[in-house]
Amino acid sequence: MDNPMDTPKKYSDYVDKKSPNSPIFLNCIKAFFIGGFICCIGQFIFFFCKSKGLDTAASNTVVSIILIGIAALLTGLNLFNKIGKVAGAGSLVPITGFANSIVSPAIEYKSEGYIMGVGGKMFTVAGPVLVFGISASVIVGMIYCFFV
Amino acid sequence: MQLVLKIVECKGGKNMEFLQSIDWSLMLRCFIVGGLICVIGQILIDKTKLTSARILVLFVTLGVILGGLGLYQYVIDFAGCGATVPLTGFGANLAKGAITEVQNSGLLGAFVGGVKVAAGRNCCRYLFWLLSIYYGKTKNKKTII
Repeated sequence: MDNPMDTPKKYSDYVDKKSPNSPIFLNCIKAFFIGGFICCIGQFIFFFCKSKGLDTAASNTVVSIILIGIAALLTGLNLFNKIGKVAGAGSLVPITGFANSIVSPAIEYKSEGYIMGVGGKMFTVAGPVLVFGISASVIVGMIYCFFV
Repeated sequence: MQLVLKIVECKGGKNMEFLQSIDWSLMLRCFIVGGLICVIGQILIDKTKLTSARILVLFVTLGVILGGLGLYQYVIDFAGCGATVPLTGFGANLAKGAITEVQNSGLLGAFVGGVKVAAGRNCCRYLFWLLSIYYGKTKNKKTII
């Protein structure tokens, strides 16, 4: 009797065979267009800031603040998850996904109170991102300090 | 395009100047590069068993490494916001801050720089986040992760 659950290897093959193939090409096209569109919104804001006389660094800051503001607002209005369902990585990889990853757990745990619910659960997904990003930047700084 | 310019021209000369200052070829490069970075993320999601949180961490760390090597600056010069808006740009920004601070104040800068460069936008973010959290309702799951 050939049981598909015999060994872990067989089981994972069985699961791969049974689970529907995600249309990777279609997903990539959606991600490409929506991700590119979000970046273009950023570029548009960037040009606007430039035309108002801000320098490059300040313009980049304004761009990320506005995009994060929009993403936070859309998440609160329950629209961002609908975009995310279609776009996949297209809305995850730009800074909007980062904003969504902070706002959504915080809203979910709002019922646990503002200190431990919102304040504590805010960084469940974004915490690792910040920890590893900032740790890596410290290492880069130290390497630069000692070897360059 | 002509129609848009005409409408804006009716509204006032200042906006007209702004629209003319837009570099459309940079806009196109921004669209393509930003889209391609997202496609890399999508392939990682579909082809590997990585969770989205791991992909975010991967992108930021990759950005820090590329930024530290000085390679990411070329992408930013080429594509503008197509490179700075994805999370790799956030990582590259952290690395750039750390390096600049080391140049200014030595070893201590390695610890200060990354956070310092992100400080202004972080504080604004907290405000936005608190506002949207205050108005958000817990009807159903909102996360895309």
